[in-house]
Amino acid sequence: MRTALFITCLADALFPEVGRATVRVLERLGEQVEFPAEQTCCGQMHVNTGYQKQALPLVERFAEVFAPYDAIVAPSGSCVGSVRHQHAMIARRFGSPELVEQVEAVAAKTYELSEFLVDVLGVTDVGAYFPHRVTYHPTCHSLRMLHVGDKPIKLLRAVEALELVELPSADQCCGFGGTFAIKNSDTSTAMLADKMRNVLDTGAEMCTAGDSSCLMHIGGGLSRIRASAKTLHLAQILAATREDSML
Amino acid sequence: MNAPVMLGMPTIPPSAPRGIGNLRGEEKFPVAARRMLADTQLRRNLGNATTTIRAKRAQVVAELPDWEELREAGRQLKVHTMAHLPDYLAQLESAVTARGGVVHWARDANEANAIVIELVRAKGVDEVVKVKSMATQEIGLNEELEAVGVTALETDLAELIVQLGHDKPSHILVPAIHRNRAEIREIFLREMAEVDPALSDEPAALAAAARQHLRRKFLSAKVAISGANFGIAETGTLGVVESEGNGRMCLTLPDTLITIMGIEKLVPRWQDLEVFLQLLPRSSTGERMNPYTSMWTGVTPGDGPQEFHLILLDNGRTAVLADADGRDALNCIRCSACLNVCPVYERTGGHAYGSVYPGPIGAILSPQLTGIEDNASLPYASSLCGACYDVCPVKINIPEILVHLRAKHTETYASEHRIPSAEASAMTAAAWVMSNPKRWTRALRGGRLGRILGRKRDVIGDVPLPLAKQWTDARDLARPPTQTFRDWWAAEHGGEQ
Repeated sequence: MRTALFITCLADALFPEVGRATVRVLERLGEQVEFPAEQTCCGQMHVNTGYQKQALPLVERFAEVFAPYDAIVAPSGSCVGSVRHQHAMIARRFGSPELVEQVEAVAAKTYELSEFLVDVLGVTDVGAYFPHRVTYHPTCHSLRMLHVGDKPIKLLRAVEALELVELPSADQCCGFGGTFAIKNSDTSTAMLADKMRNVLDTGAEMCTAGDSSCLMHIGGGLSRIRASAKTLHLAQILAATREDSML
Repeated sequence: MNAPVMLGMPTIPPSAPRGIGNLRGEEKFPVAARRMLADTQLRRNLGNATTTIRAKRAQVVAELPDWEELREAGRQLKVHTMAHLPDYLAQLESAVTARGGVVHWARDANEANAIVIELVRAKGVDEVVKVKSMATQEIGLNEELEAVGVTALETDLAELIVQLGHDKPSHILVPAIHRNRAEIREIFLREMAEVDPALSDEPAALAAAARQHLRRKFLSAKVAISGANFGIAETGTLGVVESEGNGRMCLTLPDTLITIMGIEKLVPRWQDLEVFLQLLPRSSTGERMNPYTSMWTGVTPGDGPQEFHLILLDNGRTAVLADADGRDALNCIRCSACLNVCPVYERTGGHAYGSVYPGPIGAILSPQLTGIEDNASLPYASSLCGACYDVCPVKINIPEILVHLRAKHTETYASEHRIPSAEASAMTAAAWVMSNPKRWTRALRGGRLGRILGRKRDVIGDVPLPLAKQWTDARDLARPPTQTFRDWWAAEHGGEQ
């Protein structure tokens, strides 16, 4: 099986450690991961902000770059959601029937990390060790677009020494929402305040999730109020081993 | 309906007209929301109320093993009805007429209001009683009646609270959701002439005060005005679903009944109610069945109103129907489940939306009824979290329509302006960079801004630039890394850097 990593533009530019962790987990499980360097962005920002036509070249590029692979894995529920639900829409509106077919075929083999581990590789114990109190925020697109369900929870439960605490009102949006965080920053911040209060109420040291974007928002808020709780991507927890903790 | 059809140039159906009704706010959503968010009492009231209704809904929905099949049935019935709307409307008109009712067609709010005023004047009354109705709120009927000297008395308890408080409804189902019982007590003491000054804020005492206030009116009113939850094409039957029984008093006691119904409230057959009467109460109030379901067909001699008028209201609905990607908004049965689960609505309340239709459904319905340019900020009033789509009893894909309307807005702007907006230029530039891996790689390497901004700390605090400021007002930004992922990969695995 040829597996490709779709890093996402955000992780490529701002959170490369999430990409490195994803590669590390997959390689530890015996997966040969390739990184097609021609990849860029899924186009979600354009579509969600009202610039569908501008997203077309990005949609075309995604389908072309990833077509040769058997599976595409990304450390983001939101970007995978865009690939699965928006690419066909853009192709239908602005592209050819061939493009629609092509993007649908690629979307069908594109997986969010927890889906890939649990559904494709059939693994829940990835051999990780993380001696911390952790709470999990199910990001909206993982939860409601991809329906990943309890896959991330299963993965976290199997991590040695990790104490998983339930996040109150976990299914409530953190308030990120892409350009929503800027266009409606007051409402976004009000949603963030409630999410942070819930995170802090758990007494967790770390809040984890499957999306760097939501974590950037939650983590940025926690940093601003000088909270001791931090954010960490699910991939980084799954990549951690006993050896790391001795460093 | 058998008259010859003129095949002229196709025209775009008109939007709801300006200057009348309650579909347009005076401010953009973010501006209004900012003020609402500062009201801590409002946020507490809304948080308590929506949390309670959410839990009740979830419980009664979970009881039904075939909930998903019911939703799908509801969706299909609505899609079918919208695809054959002209035929079913004509069928409804024939059925209502055959049973002694009179059908009026109103192209917009102005026409509908004029028809009502004429009918009320013909009866020579200066007071009418009203059943809770979104359509009459939409067209601003109360204000128009008042302008010609007719008092319209709201009889739904929550609508009465809103009316007595000289306020506007902030929720489709629970119009006074922004008020708590202490505030309601104060409104009653101030506005009801006959109320006992020792009135407590116990819900039962407040309800009793409202009952006394209303009962006198029910017995004297000659004309009632209602909306309709359903209109059945097959039989000409209209239906109203409610909790208090005040609606039924209006529908049965006065001699004349005037019903205003949006043309999308149609269902083809009597049997279709079996689906909607299961979906609606569970989704709206979180009840298995609502306390009062009133149905009436035309006029029954010697029983109930002896004169019945049905006004079929377009007011922009045909324009919505013309948009294949947006028309599912018309499938809404006004349950308000989407409001109760929406994290944005829960924090801003309904007034921030500026329209009688607030929340997620309002964000896709109001801009389509008025034309996108009049409510352009509403499709952006969502984080696209998708909670609304999950609970919608007729499976309206609200996030997808929000995204569609955002595109419609930017495309309309672009077609009307020679110079693109700053945002459009930025998006075009970003797409240009991102559609080519070489340009993208160079852009990432060039991204040294973060290193300059965050030199002293690991995080970036306040950045005094527009846009960036909207982010850094409340959130730090992690300092961008010195090595992008693709550079790391190339260093590890070889290949082009």
